[in-house]
Amino acid sequence: MAQKLKETILNPILKGNPITVLVLGICSALAVTVQLKGALVMALSVIAVTGLSSLVCSLLRNTIPNRVRIIVQLVVVAMMVILVDQILKAGEGTYAIDKQLSVYIGLIITNCIVMGRIEAFALGNKPIPSLLDGIANGLGYGLILVIVAFFRELLGSGTLFGFRVLPEAYVPNNLVILPPFALILLGCIIWVHRAIDKDLQEN
Amino acid sequence: MEYISLFVKSIFVDNMIFAYFLGMCSYLAVSKNVKTANGLGLAVIFVLLCTLPLNWLLNTYVLQPGALQWLGPQFAEVDLSFLSFIVFIAVIAAFVQLVEMIVEKFLPSLYSSLGIYLPLIAVNCAILGGSLFMQQRDFTGIGEPLVYALGSGIGWYLAIVALAAIREKMSYCNVPKPLKGIGITFITVGLMGMAFMIFMGIQL
Repeated sequence: MAQKLKETILNPILKGNPITVLVLGICSALAVTVQLKGALVMALSVIAVTGLSSLVCSLLRNTIPNRVRIIVQLVVVAMMVILVDQILKAGEGTYAIDKQLSVYIGLIITNCIVMGRIEAFALGNKPIPSLLDGIANGLGYGLILVIVAFFRELLGSGTLFGFRVLPEAYVPNNLVILPPFALILLGCIIWVHRAIDKDLQEN
Repeated sequence: MEYISLFVKSIFVDNMIFAYFLGMCSYLAVSKNVKTANGLGLAVIFVLLCTLPLNWLLNTYVLQPGALQWLGPQFAEVDLSFLSFIVFIAVIAAFVQLVEMIVEKFLPSLYSSLGIYLPLIAVNCAILGGSLFMQQRDFTGIGEPLVYALGSGIGWYLAIVALAAIREKMSYCNVPKPLKGIGITFITVGLMGMAFMIFMGIQL
């Protein structure tokens, strides 16, 4: 049992990472990674939403009729996202970040990771493992988000969390801030990940 | 004139894929060959074209701060905008399910080519994203959201067909092993995005 739980938590972070292996939830992963702060808030929001909506859907799994389950799941997820959004709007320091993330907080609803985990795991498992599975997948997603944001903020503006790290003489590379670079960076992360873990390579 | 400018802008300058990364998941998953990409792209245009004006109406007459004024002066203060996520996604999901049932019943040939993509579309970020951008842009009149929906749908369609064509050709290339499949696709999309950047800053 403990072994199984450990696997539930560790698998989504490394071997079954939702972004680099399953390729889910890419939209927001790329758009919010210009700065570390935004990426961190986004990661925490996604962890909260995946965890809680997996928990609720798992509790409801025996009462949801199969034909309308997509709509029910969407409503549950949308509720969680509204909660997160309202909390971010209410916090003094987080309001500016909420503005900066603009529509991408709302788009957590259609983030494939959330729906994917509900469909694949929460509907067939007990509430507590579902909660852990949701949180672990959120963590796997957050990890990639933070890595991408780290490089983009460091190279794009020479700062980390808004503090200057590279010397003033460093000329910021504007290409890194533009959207296409996030894709290329993610491609490189996948490259490194698959070079280390040969099982993941495609034929 | 404004319509034409908005139309061109939403296809090229504000391209859903290359400027905002919306609908990336299905974009990457269903772009292995041109035929299926074609089907999904058309389905996205259609659903966007129907749900975006519908959500615009809901936003203008129900959700906006003060939108309920037509019910009576005592409702002028009501602000339901915090409900917009749940309303938009419910409209989209219900619409997709409805269309799926209608198409399955009356147009079986269309269903067999388009049908499998319809459930995918309910959770396509491009559809919900379109509605959320519409909310931020303060469109006036029903014409603008319609044109915006058509433009961004066509932009998405162009992007997915272009990528599918490139991937078909790329299957004959000698790609480093760890990059094969999804890795090289990401880099390709990045390069395509850079090409699309030339449209940035165009004033129409």
